[in-house]
Amino acid sequence: MVATASPSDQPSREDKISDVERVIARSKRIDLVFAAGGVFVLVIAMGLLITLLADLAADGLGRINYDFLTNYPSRRPASAGILSAWVGTSLVMLVTAILAIPLGVLAGLYLEEYAPKNWLTMLVEINVSNLAGVPSIIYGLLALGLFVYGLGLGQTILVAGMVLALLILPVVIVATREAIRSIPLGVKEGAYAVGCDQWQVMWRYVIPTARPGILTGAIIGLSRAIGETAPIITIGALTFIAFLPPSPFQAELPFFNFDWLSSPFTVMPIQMFNWVSRPQAAFHVNAAATGVILMGMTLAMNAIAIWIRFRLRRRFRM
Amino acid sequence: MLADTRIARRENVNDAGLEGAEVSGRSPVPFSNGLRADVRDLSFWYGEMQALKSVTLPINDRQVTALIGPSGCGKSTLLRCFNRMHDLYPGNRYKGSITLLPEGDNIISSRADPVLVRLRVGMVFQKPNPFPKSIYENVAAGLYVRGVRKRAVVDAIVESALQKAALWNEVKDRLHGSAYDLSGGQQQRLCIARALAPNPEILLLDEPTSALDPIATAKIEDLLQELGSQITIVIVTHNMQQASRISASTGFMYLGELIEYGETDQIFQAPKDKRTEAYVTGRFG
Repeated sequence: MVATASPSDQPSREDKISDVERVIARSKRIDLVFAAGGVFVLVIAMGLLITLLADLAADGLGRINYDFLTNYPSRRPASAGILSAWVGTSLVMLVTAILAIPLGVLAGLYLEEYAPKNWLTMLVEINVSNLAGVPSIIYGLLALGLFVYGLGLGQTILVAGMVLALLILPVVIVATREAIRSIPLGVKEGAYAVGCDQWQVMWRYVIPTARPGILTGAIIGLSRAIGETAPIITIGALTFIAFLPPSPFQAELPFFNFDWLSSPFTVMPIQMFNWVSRPQAAFHVNAAATGVILMGMTLAMNAIAIWIRFRLRRRFRM
Repeated sequence: MLADTRIARRENVNDAGLEGAEVSGRSPVPFSNGLRADVRDLSFWYGEMQALKSVTLPINDRQVTALIGPSGCGKSTLLRCFNRMHDLYPGNRYKGSITLLPEGDNIISSRADPVLVRLRVGMVFQKPNPFPKSIYENVAAGLYVRGVRKRAVVDAIVESALQKAALWNEVKDRLHGSAYDLSGGQQQRLCIARALAPNPEILLLDEPTSALDPIATAKIEDLLQELGSQITIVIVTHNMQQASRISASTGFMYLGELIEYGETDQIFQAPKDKRTEAYVTGRFG
C-alpha cells in the first residue's frame, strides 16, 4: 500500500532508490567485464586446440584406410600400417586398467575409510598426491631396474602395463578419495544404522555411490597412460614389430591364455615417434594418421565414461 | 543364522508382551508397560568435551518417549548412544550403562558389538537419507544385512513395513523406481519403513520432521501415534507441541543433564523444575 503512494511525495526515498540503482549498475558492469574476459580466454584456448586437431586431421585423415589399420610397419611408407601398434596399445591399456583400477580404488577406500588418522597415514596421503606429479620417465627407470632386470620380466606387454598402472595409480587413488568424500554422510550413517558392518557399508553403499567419480578418475588416468611414450621407451619397447602377440583366445579349454603378456610389443605413440623422426615426408603423414587414431581412441574412452556415468546418474540422480 | 534367531526371539517377546499387557489402542497408559531399556549414569565425551552428564532414564515398552531441550543440550547425543552411532567417529567415550530388557545386555559396554546393537535398535535421522537405490531395496536393506533373502519373505516384510509407514498406497506401483524420486515427506516415511522392516526392539527418531513441511509433518505424527502402541520409540524433537501430541513420557534435557523426566502431561502442565517450566512455557534463554 505504501508502494502505491506517489514517489514525488518522498524525495528522500527516491534518492535512496537511485543510490541502490547505482550500486546494482556498477556490479552488473563488473559482471559483464568478467564474463567477456572469460569468453575471450576460452576462445583462445579452444581455438588453439581446434587448430591443432584440425591440422593433424588435415595431414593424416586422408591416409587412414583399411590397409593402414591392418598392415604391419614397413620400409615403404605407402604400405606401412599400424596393426601391431594399435593391438599393442589396446593390450597394454587392458593390463593397465586391470591393475590400476582395483588397486587404486582399494587404496583410496582404505585411506579414506579405514586408515587411522595418524602421522603415518598423513605422510602416505601427502606422498600419494606428490606421486601424481613425478615425471613419467622416472617411472620408466624404476620399471627398467625393478621389473625388467630385477624381476626378469623382460620387455613385455606385462611390464608396460605395470609401469603405466604405477603411473596412473595416484590419479585413481585421489579420484576415488574425492568421490568417497562427496558421498552424503546420511547415506553412510543410514547404512550403519540398518546394521551393516563396515565392509557391507563399503560394498553396498559407498563404492556404488562413488562409482561415477571413480570411473571419471580411472578414465582420466587411462587417457594419460595411452599417450605416454617416455616410460615405454625406457623399458625398451621395440619400434619395429612385424608380428602380433599370441591371441588371448584358443580353441581348446580353458579357451584363453596369458602368453600374450610376455610378448614383445610396440604402442601407438612409439610408432608415431619412430615415423616422425624419419626424413621422408610420407612417413610424417603416417605419423599424423596415427595421431588421429590415437586421439580417436582417447575420445572414445571418454565417451564411454560419459555414457556410463549418464546411465548411472539417470537411474539414481543424486 | 544369528539374525534369524534374533528376529524370531523378538517376535516371541512381542507375543508374550501382548498377552501380558491389557493396554492397547491409541492411548497408552504411561508406566504400565514395563521397561524396554534402562539408562543408568550415562556419561559421554566427544574427545575432551563432556556432552552427557550421568543421565538416568527409563524407556518404557511399546510407548513413545520424547526427549526435549534447547539446541546443544545433548538430546541427540543421548539418542545416538542407543545404537552406538558415536562409534563411527574416533575419540568418543561412554561411561555408565544402557541395558536392553528383558535380556539385560549393556549395549554400551566395550564388549557389546556395535553392529549387533544396530541390528536390534533401528534409527531414523533428521534429514531423510534414503539410499541411492530403489524403494524396494531401501526397505529390504535391513533384511539383506540380517541374511533374510527368500524373495517371498522379503516381499511380504517390505509390504507390511511400507503399510506400517503409511506409504504403501503411494508407492506400490513403483517399488522398483528410485527412492530419490519421492518427495521429502515420502522419503522420511520410507526411512521409517526401512527402520521398521527388521522389527527393531527400539526405534530411535532424531528430529524426524524438522526438514519437512507441515502436511508431511502431520502425516508422520499420525504415524508415530499409531506405532507408539506397537513398538518402543524414543524421539528427539525441537517441537514441543509434537512432543505433547505423540509421546507418553518426556525427558527434558539441559546442558548435558536430564533435568526432569515424567509423564508428558505432567512435564507440560505441572513441571517440577523451574528450568523445565521456563522451557515448556517458551520463556527460555
